[in-house]
Amino acid sequence: MSEIKEEQKGLRVKPINNGTVIDHIAGGQALNVLKILGIAGTTDATVSVVMNVESRKLCKKDIVKVEDRELFEEEVNRIALIAPAASINIIRDGKVIEKRTVDLPDEIVGVVRCQNPNCISNTLEPIKSRMLVKTKNPVLLRCLYCEQPLTDRIAEYLI
Amino acid sequence: MFMKRHVLTMREFSREEIDSVLDLAASLEPYARGQKSDMMAGKILALLFFEPSTRTRMSFETAMKRLGGGVINLGPAEGSSISKGESLADTVRVIGGYADALVIRHPKEGSARLASQFSPVPVLNAGDGAGHHPTQTLLDLYTIKKESHLENLSIALVGDLKYGRTVHSLAYALSLFGADITLVSPASLRMPDSIKSDLSSKGTRVRETCDLGEVINKVDVLYMTRIQRERFPDPVEYNKVASCYRITPEFMAGAREGLIVMHPLPRVDEIAPSVDDTPHARYFQQSFYGVPVRMALLKMLIGGGS
Repeated sequence: MSEIKEEQKGLRVKPINNGTVIDHIAGGQALNVLKILGIAGTTDATVSVVMNVESRKLCKKDIVKVEDRELFEEEVNRIALIAPAASINIIRDGKVIEKRTVDLPDEIVGVVRCQNPNCISNTLEPIKSRMLVKTKNPVLLRCLYCEQPLTDRIAEYLI
Repeated sequence: MFMKRHVLTMREFSREEIDSVLDLAASLEPYARGQKSDMMAGKILALLFFEPSTRTRMSFETAMKRLGGGVINLGPAEGSSISKGESLADTVRVIGGYADALVIRHPKEGSARLASQFSPVPVLNAGDGAGHHPTQTLLDLYTIKKESHLENLSIALVGDLKYGRTVHSLAYALSLFGADITLVSPASLRMPDSIKSDLSSKGTRVRETCDLGEVINKVDVLYMTRIQRERFPDPVEYNKVASCYRITPEFMAGAREGLIVMHPLPRVDEIAPSVDDTPHARYFQQSFYGVPVRMALLKMLIGGGS
């Protein structure tokens, strides 16, 4: 039985009929995943967050369920920045119609701020931050503008 | 072969592209020395220096004017549109409409790349904060080629190897030529590990030492850099270090015949003025070579008559 079904059986959070379930998020990172998806405290969406549940794969994992919204591939892939093991389940009429893993694109635009305070991308110029993905596991980003690398503190620099 | 639209970092240059710039610079040297030319007649170069500069700004200006072109200057930022809060993106879009190429020096890292995204004309990076200064590296390579040799070169990079952007991009470019590089610096100003491992991964032989005397009879080029006083919280420590990396004619007596001394200038006291009269000194030629090298880049980016 999959971990999602086990989760549903325990009824920690009610199964959803339509929407997206993001599973296998590293424990404690669920709120950062919501940030990446642009889901802030003022959202109208029905969102369930389960944090730090036991997982065979990750010791502790988080799960995010977003109702009535099917995530686009590019939204999903950004999640790989902080949760490279995440899996995405698209649910329709209570059934999983698609299961995806995340895969970082070669460039991430407007999601992560450069950590170099003297970088031109941290000024009021009319540009979005642009991070080149140099390696995917572990994630190593490099600012397109100042070339400063960013690796282990990515969550702190999410925009 | 040179197909670039902008000159932003040295890392974007292949060995072949470097060779083509140096070859063209050699053919333009007579014009840098004053031979009349109207190759750039009717063309305009805009200089956008948001930070002070003497050599870089004046040698770009000289290069353009000696080739018969015109130069427009941003002038001091005070009193200009920048002091009114205009973005760099808007500034380069506007001035790019007046000129055939832009030269930019700016205190923020990545500024030249940003400028290249908004400018309608080619952008040359003349220094972006602690980032890149590719035209300095190209003129250094030209100097080494003219005054020594780029093949089978043994070079010592001396002084502040931690913060000096000049030596980082020079070391990278020399790795394309298979140079043997010795890094000479005080322990606190060693070249960052990331750069050293990058050089080694390209098959470059890199050695490190604190002792300048150990290398003087082993290298073809001594590339001196300034050790900045502000890097040392303790003035006593600064004086101790600075005096270890100061060269004099007596010290040069142990050098290989044909060794050349280079320095990006300005020097403070790392090269005694009396070294200027020795056959080793090349730093003033090096500074002059900025003109033909920048001429070559302008010609490649802007075009102009033959």
